[in-house]
Amino acid sequence: MRIPLLLGAMMLAAPASAQLRVDINSGISQPMPIAVPTFPAATPGQTAAGSTDELGQRIAEVIANDLRSSGLFRPIAQAAFTTQVSNADVLRPQFAAWRTVAAQALVTGNVTANPDGGITLACYAYDVFAGVELTRQGFVTTAAGWRRAAHKCADLVYSRLTGETGYFDSRIVYISETGPRSKRIKRLAVMDQDGAGHRFLTSGQNLVLTPRFSPSQQQITYMSFEGNRPRVWLYTLGTARQEAISQSSAGQFQGMSFAPRFSPDGRTLVFSMAVNGNTDIYTLDLGSKRLARLTSQPGIETSPSFSPDGSRIVFESDRGGTQQLYIMGADGSGQQRISFGDGRAASPVWSPRGDLIAFTRFGGGRFAINVMRPDGGGERQLTNGYQDEGATWSPNGRVIMFQRSSRGGSPALWSVDLSGQNERKLPTPLGASDPAWSPLLD
Amino acid sequence: MYSRHLSLASVAGLALLVAACGPKKQDLPPPPPPATATTAPTPTPSAPMTDPAVGSSLVPGSLADFIAQAGSDRIRFAYDSYEIDQTASGVLTRQAQWLSQYPSVRITVEGHADERGTREYNLALGDRRAQAAKNFLAAQGVATARIATISYGAERPEADGADEASYAINRRAVTSLGN
Repeated sequence: MRIPLLLGAMMLAAPASAQLRVDINSGISQPMPIAVPTFPAATPGQTAAGSTDELGQRIAEVIANDLRSSGLFRPIAQAAFTTQVSNADVLRPQFAAWRTVAAQALVTGNVTANPDGGITLACYAYDVFAGVELTRQGFVTTAAGWRRAAHKCADLVYSRLTGETGYFDSRIVYISETGPRSKRIKRLAVMDQDGAGHRFLTSGQNLVLTPRFSPSQQQITYMSFEGNRPRVWLYTLGTARQEAISQSSAGQFQGMSFAPRFSPDGRTLVFSMAVNGNTDIYTLDLGSKRLARLTSQPGIETSPSFSPDGSRIVFESDRGGTQQLYIMGADGSGQQRISFGDGRAASPVWSPRGDLIAFTRFGGGRFAINVMRPDGGGERQLTNGYQDEGATWSPNGRVIMFQRSSRGGSPALWSVDLSGQNERKLPTPLGASDPAWSPLLD
Repeated sequence: MYSRHLSLASVAGLALLVAACGPKKQDLPPPPPPATATTAPTPTPSAPMTDPAVGSSLVPGSLADFIAQAGSDRIRFAYDSYEIDQTASGVLTRQAQWLSQYPSVRITVEGHADERGTREYNLALGDRRAQAAKNFLAAQGVATARIATISYGAERPEADGADEASYAINRRAVTSLGN
C-alpha cells in the first residue's frame, strides 16, 4: 500500500536565513503571501506519471493547495507572477521580481526524471525580502509517488515557517455513506489528507463504522456487522485481509464489541464490549490475545482513547447520569471525571501532542466540537452545528477533522484549526462520516 | 500573522533518510448491492386484528400472525431511556403469550437509537434497549436461550425524517422471528 518514497540526499550548500515566521497560535487574520511557481525540469524528461514539465506544474499546485488549506498561507495566483523560475534560477531566484508581487516567501525547486523511472524533487524555500534561503530538501520517489513528494515539500515549508511539524503527507480513513437512511450503505474508504487518491476498502455489503489507523498505518481497526455479529475487526492495508479480533481468542468475547482504537505502541486495542446490557471498556493485547476489563460500573463506558505516551485513557461514561468524560490509568486505575458544565460530553480523542482532548459537547439541540486540557480546564468551543461530532486530530495536533450533518442532510467531513478558524469542507465522492487521521507517513 | 526576526541560522546539511517498500495496487471493490443483507424484515405496519374463528388469512406462527396477536413487533422508548413503559409492557406481554404458543420459535430483539446522540453511545443504548426487552420477555416465561439481541445504534432508522416525531419512531426495540 505504501508508496515508496526515498528522502534522498542532495548535498547542497547550507542555507543561511532570516527568521521569516508564521505565528500559528494567534489565528489567521493575515495569511502569509507565498509564491509557488511551476517547478522547472532539471533536465526535461518523461516519466510514467507524465513529463517532468507536467509534474512540475502539478507538484506546485499540490504544494500551493496544501499551504492554502492550512489557512496560514495565501498562495499568490500564478497569473499575477511577473516572472517564472527557470532551472538556472532555482538556486538564485530573481528576488526583485518576487518582491513586486509582494510574495513574502518563495517555494521552488526542480524535477528530475531518474534513469530507474523514478523522480527526484528538489524543494527550496526562500525569504524573498531578505533574499536568503530558508530550507531545502530532496525527495526521491517513484513517478507515481510524486504527490507524496509534493506533500513532503509542503510539510518542509510549513515546518520551517511555523516551527511546527507538518501534516500534509498523511491520510484519512472514513466511512463513505450513500442511500436512504433506513438502508444506508456504508463502506470503509481511504484518501490522502487533501482528498486525492480516494479508494474504497469494502464493498458495502456489511455495515461498517468507526475506522481508526494503527500507529504504523498498516492496519485499520473498525466495527463491522458482518454475519449480524457486530464486533471489532482489523483490516490490513497491504493484503486487504479482514479479521475479527475475537476470532483468535473467541472464548473471551461475548456480546457486541465496538469503539476500537489502537494504543500508541500499536500492541494493544482498547474498545467497548456490551455484555448482558452493560457496556464496559476492555483492552486486548494483540500479541498474547489477553483480554483485560478496565471498567466495571453499571453505566455505559465507551469511546476510549489513549494518551500519546500510552499511560492513560480518556473515555466517556454515563455513571453520573449523563455522558461525561473521565480519565483513568491504562490499567483502569484512578478513574476520575474531568468534564463538567452544561450539557453532555462524549467521544473524547486525545491530541497526539498530549496537551488537549477534543470531544463532542451537546445539549439543547446543538452538537459542537470542543477541546479541553486533560485536567478538565481550559475548555474551548471550536465549532457549532446541528450535529458536529467524531473529532480526529491532525498528526501535529493543530487541526481537527470531524463530521458535520445538517438537519436531514447527508454528513460531510470538515476540518477546523485549533484556533476555531479556517473551517473547511473536504471533498468526498459521497456522504462521509467517522473520519480518522493517520500519523505522518514515513 | 507573520513577522521577521533576523538571526543567524545554523548550518544544516541534508540528512539522508530512506524509507521504501513495494508498491501495491488495489482495485476498487465491486459496487455495493442495492440493499444490505442486514436490514430487518419489514413488518406489516397495520396487520388486521382478525379473529381466527371468523376465518383469518394469517398463517399461524408467521410473522404477520405474531404482529397481529401481539399488536406490534416493536416497542418505543423515551429519549436516552431504556425503560419499558406501560404501552411497551403490554406489547411485550402479548409477544410473550404468542411465543408460549410457539415454543420452537426463536427470536432476535433489535435495539435502536435515534440520531440525536453520539455514534458509539447509541450502539450501547441500542444494546440496553434490546436487553431490557429481552429481560421483560424472560420474566414473562420466554426462555432466554430463545432470545438473541443485536444493537444497530442509530444506523437503521425506521423513519427517515429529522424531527421529533421521526426520532420517537426510531427509538425502538423490534422483535423479529428467528435468530
